[in-house]
Amino acid sequence: MDRAATAEKIAELIEPFNKKGVAVTEATTFAGDLEWDSLTVMDFVASIEDEFDIIITMNMQAEIENVGQLVDTVISVQDN
Amino acid sequence: MTDLFSKFDPLIKQREDLLSTGIKDPFSLVMEKVISPTVALCNGKETILLGTYNYMGMTFDPDVLAAGKKALDEFGAGTTGSRVLNGTYSPHRDCEEALKEFYGMDHAMVFSTGYQANLGIISTMASKEDYIILDIDSHASIYDGCALGNAQIVPFRHNDVDALEKRLKRLPPEAGKLVVLEGVYSMLGDIAPLKEMITIAKAHGAMVLVDEAHSMGFIGPKGRGVAEDQGVLDQVDFVIGTFSKSVGTVGGFCVSNHPKFEVLRLVCRPYVFTASLPPSVVATAATSIRKLMHAGDKRAHLWENSRKLHKGLKDLGFQLGTETPQSAIISVIMPDLERGAAMWEALLDHGVYVNLARPPATPAGMTLLRCSLCAEHSSEQVDDIIGRFKAAGAVAGVLG
Repeated sequence: MDRAATAEKIAELIEPFNKKGVAVTEATTFAGDLEWDSLTVMDFVASIEDEFDIIITMNMQAEIENVGQLVDTVISVQDN
Repeated sequence: MTDLFSKFDPLIKQREDLLSTGIKDPFSLVMEKVISPTVALCNGKETILLGTYNYMGMTFDPDVLAAGKKALDEFGAGTTGSRVLNGTYSPHRDCEEALKEFYGMDHAMVFSTGYQANLGIISTMASKEDYIILDIDSHASIYDGCALGNAQIVPFRHNDVDALEKRLKRLPPEAGKLVVLEGVYSMLGDIAPLKEMITIAKAHGAMVLVDEAHSMGFIGPKGRGVAEDQGVLDQVDFVIGTFSKSVGTVGGFCVSNHPKFEVLRLVCRPYVFTASLPPSVVATAATSIRKLMHAGDKRAHLWENSRKLHKGLKDLGFQLGTETPQSAIISVIMPDLERGAAMWEALLDHGVYVNLARPPATPAGMTLLRCSLCAEHSSEQVDDIIGRFKAAGAVAGVLG
């Protein structure tokens, strides 16, 4: 899967949690723009992990603030 | 200059807003006199204690008190030293012997608090290339143990066996793994499906740590906890526990059958770099632990109390944390912090003390009134408590 396809899939997975109907770009932040609480983050991370069959540790999550960073992380974890 | 306190402004405001409605501060209660394990004077009023985790009522046990007084006289008020230097007296060793007898395990290590036991064992056991797989609703001391170490942290949905298995499957098979579970989760009082989880953890080559803080002394045929009750204690690599609940004093511990366990005394920083418990404290703990081995009747009565309170509150229309009583904790879910605080105050006015628990300590942003029962609560006291919940619920506008 190339970067664009991964980004598209992630955007798709964000939608069920995008209760505020924010227009999502790679610069959209999870805490600031989407206003997700920790419970939403956990459910969303689980859906990403299941889709890509990967683990995103809490250590990695702490570094991810926006959608673009998540796309990069998913790609780098898959490459490993 | 940036005021480093400005990060706390939202919390300061929330607190001021709450107190400005005229509500008593739920986090600054003082007990003026403690009459028994179940009754104290609060604001000059005799109050039933229903939020102390004093599950087995050992705080005033005559044998326990005598052991503490004797050690105080013989060994003094404190050790003024680390366990690995001048802070190990014979009562510390005896307390570890009592734990080994209680759990039927080879090794026991006593820490100054339960918080430090989790902090120490978790941070020391798992290093950077290892994985810690933990329940998302784990206690703060478990998360802080993770933060003090530098392992890779993998959380899974609360009590979800499939979520645990999926994550273990995705981790590198050769990597070191520690699965961290609790017997009883103290916010809602629910127990973990340890049997299924431990079987899965072992199948994936993980070591298992179970925190039995809220089950020791009460759950399981010998009071060893939920792992004992579900028949899997022999597969647990580390049991973490505390003296500040059923045991009735303060302190923490880890017991294990691992042949290399004793090395932890040299490498576990929250064990090494702090003063050991006062000899009177470990002497009371040892006496209490040995008495808890033979406390089957008290365990049976505590179960009766738990079932009675659960049914009574459910019948009144309160929403509870568990469908059935699973432990000595009955958690009452409040609609929001304001009404939770109002109900807490109304209960105190009616002479019942419970814990008010709120985010971030609680899961899913809930406000909870957490009730913990004691084996020394009489049946009549439990009836009384139910009646006072009814009256307080009407005053606070929580019951419809």
